[in-house]
Amino acid sequence: MQVLLPHSLDEALAIKADHPEALPLNGGTDLMVELNFGRLRPAAIVDLNRVAELTAWREQDGHVFLGSGVTYTSIVREMQAYKPLVQASRSVGSPQIRNRGTVGGNLGTASPAGDALPVLAAYDAEVILQSRARGERSLPWNLFLTGPKKTAIAPDELIIGTSWRRLRGPGSFSKIGTRNAMVIAVAGLCLVIDEERRRVNVALGSVGPTILRATQAEERVAAALTTSGTWDDRSAPLNPQWVDEFAELVAQAAQPLDDVRGTAAYRRHGCRVLAKRAISWALSEWRLPTWL
Amino acid sequence: MVVRTRVNGEWREADVWPGTSLLVFLREALGLYGSKNACEQGECGSCSVWLDGTLTCSCLVLAAQAHEREVRTVESLTRGDQLHPIQEAFLEAGAVQCGFCTPGFVVAVADLLEKDANPSPATVREALSGNLCRCTGYQKIVDAVHLAAARQRAGA
Repeated sequence: MQVLLPHSLDEALAIKADHPEALPLNGGTDLMVELNFGRLRPAAIVDLNRVAELTAWREQDGHVFLGSGVTYTSIVREMQAYKPLVQASRSVGSPQIRNRGTVGGNLGTASPAGDALPVLAAYDAEVILQSRARGERSLPWNLFLTGPKKTAIAPDELIIGTSWRRLRGPGSFSKIGTRNAMVIAVAGLCLVIDEERRRVNVALGSVGPTILRATQAEERVAAALTTSGTWDDRSAPLNPQWVDEFAELVAQAAQPLDDVRGTAAYRRHGCRVLAKRAISWALSEWRLPTWL
Repeated sequence: MVVRTRVNGEWREADVWPGTSLLVFLREALGLYGSKNACEQGECGSCSVWLDGTLTCSCLVLAAQAHEREVRTVESLTRGDQLHPIQEAFLEAGAVQCGFCTPGFVVAVADLLEKDANPSPATVREALSGNLCRCTGYQKIVDAVHLAAARQRAGA
């Protein structure tokens, strides 16, 4: 096994061009477990810890760019304006894990249980990839995540980061697990309201082969908010019947399986409960003076 | 590969298999047995160290990632035979039973008290959520943290 230690993005991309088999390593919270248990013996590893270009995030022209090497601890500390992302980041592992784990790792591993992924899906984020030969390209999250632990990344590419349009509106991330720390989600949900486009985006984690958007639920609740006049007057209540129908449609969007963490039926029920809570939280948050 | 790391203020190096974790490097190549090897998957926190000042599970760091960087282990907290005040508080509060998890807890508590001299009970529990103890039921560990914090504030 060969371990390569680039000090810049150019060096890292050159390594990936010459050694496309080299597995990228950043926080190690996924890859090191495979190594420690002898389940993986890659021919080469490229360590991205020293690639400073990947560890920054910035806002520009109404968009956000989040570098693939930004840790969950940094997100919690620095990105308070992105509440659902902060909530998801804070629910990852433990302090030790959040100090090392990165959003790039969640993307690269592409587990349906990656906590940051439903948030990126609800934001309609793009994943930015780069190679020495072809430069940069950007893929919508759903074209990047192609299946359980499968992505559209080419062997000579690295994940540079992710980018999304800044949304105005409330939202949240919540998940179900057996304790508050060190838990792999049984079900996870991110809901964001996009005031400008009058849309409600809902993404589900851990209840399908990859992250899912509850499109039908999104359309119906956005229409219901039009009927109730809530888009124009946030104090106008949404009929509770619409809340229930929304939660039911979200539950139907799940494609859960039975596994060691939970049954399919429990997961579907979990989605229903999370959906109901998330829309209720968002609507009450929306009525707060901070949003007026 | 040869890995060279500044460990507890001293530059150390060893020739190890490139897939070696920092934990195995510290224990087996450098003979620093304070960091414990239990779950090897970041679940239990008993291998907690500081990498460039950041609290980390050393089992999830490739030794090569620590090359030319700074590591602090639980051994850095004692001076000769003199225990660190956090270790004293653990003994007094009855926070040590079998003791296997203790070094990891002591490091995590030291990290917490460096950042927050007066942590709330909820903060303590969240800060220690990455460390598992199968003996104490945690209450005495939490008591030890508050005792150590109170003494640190009093300058004792």
